Amino acid sequence: MLSLNDIRAGGRVRIRRHLATGAVRQRLLDLGLMPNAVVTVVRSAPLNDPIELKLDASNVSLRRAEARTIEVSPEDNDHV
Amino acid sequence: MSEPKSHRHGTGNHHPRRHQRGQATPGTAASDAAHAGGRGDGHKRHGRQTQARDGVLVALAGQQNAGKSTLFNVLTGARQHVANYPGVTVDKKHGQYSDDLGTVYTVDLPGTYSLTSFSLEERVAREFLLGARPDVTVDVVDASNLRRSLHLTLQLLELELPLVLALNMMDVAASNGIEVDQDVLAARLGLPVVATVGRKGEGREALRRAIRTEADRLLAPERPPSQPEAEAAARPPVRYGALEPAIGQLVARLTTESALAHLPRRWLALQLLQGDTTALQLLLERLGDADTRALQADAGRFIVAFESAQGIDVADHIVACRDRAVERLLDGAVKGADRGRPSLTDRIDRVVLNRWTAPLFLVATVFAIYQVSIVWGYELTNYTWPLLAKFRELVAGVLPSADFLVDPYTRSLGLWLVDSANTLLNYVPIFLILFAAIAIVEDSGYMARIAFILDKILHRFGLHGQSTLPLILGGVFAGGCAVPGVMATKGIPDTRARMATIFTVPFMNCLAKVPLYTLLLGVFFVEHKSLMMFYISTMTIIFALLVAKLLTKTVLRGQETSPFVMELPHYHLPTLTGVLRRSFERTWQYIKKVGTVVLAVAVVVFALLHLPGLSAERKSHYGAEAQAAMERFETAMVGNTYADVALGDNLMPLINYFTDHKRAKLNATGSAGSERVAARFQARNPDFYPLVKPPAGDRDAKRAWRELRKLARARQGLRREMREERITTSILGTIGRGMEPLTQFAGFDWKINVALLSSFAARESSVATLGVLFQQDDDQNATLEERMGTETRAGGATALLAVSMILFFALYPPCLATTIMVKVQTGSYKWMLFSIVFPTLLGLGVASAVYSIGMAVGATGIEAMSVVYWGAFALLLVVGLLSERRSRRRLGERLAQT
Repeated sequence: MLSLNDIRAGGRVRIRRHLATGAVRQRLLDLGLMPNAVVTVVRSAPLNDPIELKLDASNVSLRRAEARTIEVSPEDNDHV
Repeated sequence: MSEPKSHRHGTGNHHPRRHQRGQATPGTAASDAAHAGGRGDGHKRHGRQTQARDGVLVALAGQQNAGKSTLFNVLTGARQHVANYPGVTVDKKHGQYSDDLGTVYTVDLPGTYSLTSFSLEERVAREFLLGARPDVTVDVVDASNLRRSLHLTLQLLELELPLVLALNMMDVAASNGIEVDQDVLAARLGLPVVATVGRKGEGREALRRAIRTEADRLLAPERPPSQPEAEAAARPPVRYGALEPAIGQLVARLTTESALAHLPRRWLALQLLQGDTTALQLLLERLGDADTRALQADAGRFIVAFESAQGIDVADHIVACRDRAVERLLDGAVKGADRGRPSLTDRIDRVVLNRWTAPLFLVATVFAIYQVSIVWGYELTNYTWPLLAKFRELVAGVLPSADFLVDPYTRSLGLWLVDSANTLLNYVPIFLILFAAIAIVEDSGYMARIAFILDKILHRFGLHGQSTLPLILGGVFAGGCAVPGVMATKGIPDTRARMATIFTVPFMNCLAKVPLYTLLLGVFFVEHKSLMMFYISTMTIIFALLVAKLLTKTVLRGQETSPFVMELPHYHLPTLTGVLRRSFERTWQYIKKVGTVVLAVAVVVFALLHLPGLSAERKSHYGAEAQAAMERFETAMVGNTYADVALGDNLMPLINYFTDHKRAKLNATGSAGSERVAARFQARNPDFYPLVKPPAGDRDAKRAWRELRKLARARQGLRREMREERITTSILGTIGRGMEPLTQFAGFDWKINVALLSSFAARESSVATLGVLFQQDDDQNATLEERMGTETRAGGATALLAVSMILFFALYPPCLATTIMVKVQTGSYKWMLFSIVFPTLLGLGVASAVYSIGMAVGATGIEAMSVVYWGAFALLLVVGLLSERRSRRRLGERLAQT
């Protein structure tokens, strides 16, 4: 299964489900990373970690460790 | 007491608001309710409905970056205070304003994305809302990001709070091409909706009116609800589909419990179904163990049944239902949320967060902050210091004047206090600029980007991307202050990383450490000055990272951590008032919190340095010496034309006049300054003046001046001897000598011990105390560097000792002011004590190891320092690489399990 961590900058994906529980999961949901939401990976930080995502109206950054817990499916296949 | 029935958003059958104030509140919120708005009149509120409406309590809730604090400032103006919520370190800002009908007390809740109990801020906000039950809650939402914001709105509605929705940042929404139909939104939510632009102060009156209307409606005498109102009240904000039967049954169960009469029961049921720990705690308090367990068991059965039937987690289902509800609310009410066009923020970030240019911008920003606040701020103190010096002179003039040998205690203690206060106040210009610069970085949105860029390195050592700012403030390279550094850790969301940051900020090179380094380098490392400077200014971060890692793995192990999931807010141009307000607020906090304690401790240190004082025998010995010196002067003045002016009752004032003049001359700069001094002293006493500045050709005056100088020197020498003897026999001196057996391994004798001990009160005093202890006679005119050099070298000290001192000083506990800040930020004396004890042991351990081993192998100072530095550096690399490998492995295992 594809995780958000595998997506390169520019990739657009749909969030399938969260493997994280508790506080991490809640935080991801709070910031709009809901199942079925479409997000774009904007870039990774200069040292490769964390990464930046674009949701519809906001930009969110998270560590790759957390990105790995998010299962996604590609919205378009160019960047995967 | 009647209950208002016009509460629109509840489930219709209960109105939890009126009775419970101050009596039925969860946890600490009870006291909170009484404190709210600084009124402290919990009783009065009970019977308030029958009284004149003299106060309305309003809470501002909202997500981070929605402009809540700006709107709070707009609402309340200058009348606000910052305090802490009871027992925690979360800031509680409250203020008030008046409208036609009375005072409105306003509380700014911490910004939260939702109202779960996963984070401290959310727990605090929720507890306040449940406990204090504000009359009106203003939900501040970001109009340009409504979809996310309304999730919180729905949760607030489920708490059955009377809400006013403030659609903030309408200008940002408009510039993004987003149109919000306020009326549709208001109708669908059943709430008053007000459009605001906090940054421009727009919408203030409308919001105040809406708050007043809502408060009036709820406080109005009972009237039967109209048909639509009743219907609206019966309609829950979110329908949870297949979960509704379970919710219904739990609500029914909860309704039978009279102890819960004033709590939102549907909300409680939802919390039970989500296994929310704080809500369970609340039930335990109200219902006791047995009932709560029964409820919990019921909820557990519902959860299992639901999840097996629906194949979805309850919590996920709840969020999904809310999300659909938000979608329905927004459908048609919001237009033009465009996706394609890159916003200004996107375009800026392309440069600012670019892999190659990001480090440049970061270094430039840090350098700019450093240059503007530390370097320029320090220059600014050249202009403010004379004011403080003038203040000291003023106090010195008021206090009883000095005697020949001993100053009255009122004088010495008074001046000691003024000096201590001045040391702190001297930093005020630096802090004002520093805090303003930081407010700009924060408000602009760049702070979050700094965390984004540096998180990887810092995270590896147990710190957090947001630890950058505290470390910069502490003085990563050279010159900072740990007090604002520790203060700035407030923003770090991860408790463990925050604690690790608090304990490592004091390792930075604060401004007050620099003089000691300069002194030691000047004495012992004349040839290797620049290499040593490089070591000293970069070892701080190496030590800090290593210690952070050590602490994270040991004492901080059990601390709460939170994920690094952070919004990168849109860039904003900071407002002038916002920046200034924050800068003054934080500086004032520093003065208030630190100033009082430092003054108190200054008194204690003063006592430790002065008690028990000299024995009567020693005193009479010095008295005799003083008498002899004065007699010599009197003899020499026989036959001098100035004898009448100089002798008798005039002698003591003349000596003080002489020393004052000498000091003033030393402090005067340029010829203009010297002239001013001359004019002042001429005016002060024209008779004395020829004796301190003999006119050309006046041989008697010249001779008298020479004798006077001799006498003043004799006095100074005697005073110094007395002081040294006093310090040696003082409590602090005794402690210093008592520590010698322990500190000898680091090479420290009692003088150094005393200097280091007194530097705990304020770092600056280390050099001053060394100055007192390594004293010179006036004729020598050698610098402290030279004196320390000869004395300590003669005493067998080497550059190795200097290295030992530098290392100890680098790792030494934070100064008193900082430890107070540690107490404030950790909320515990235990951690404050730890912040003192741990670095002392660490510093002493490292210094002893380096000195003892260095002595054994006969290393030179520079050799020892190089070995320590590169050794620490190698250790840093090893730890960094190892921790990466380990975290990868752990993550792999965790994912394999799921």
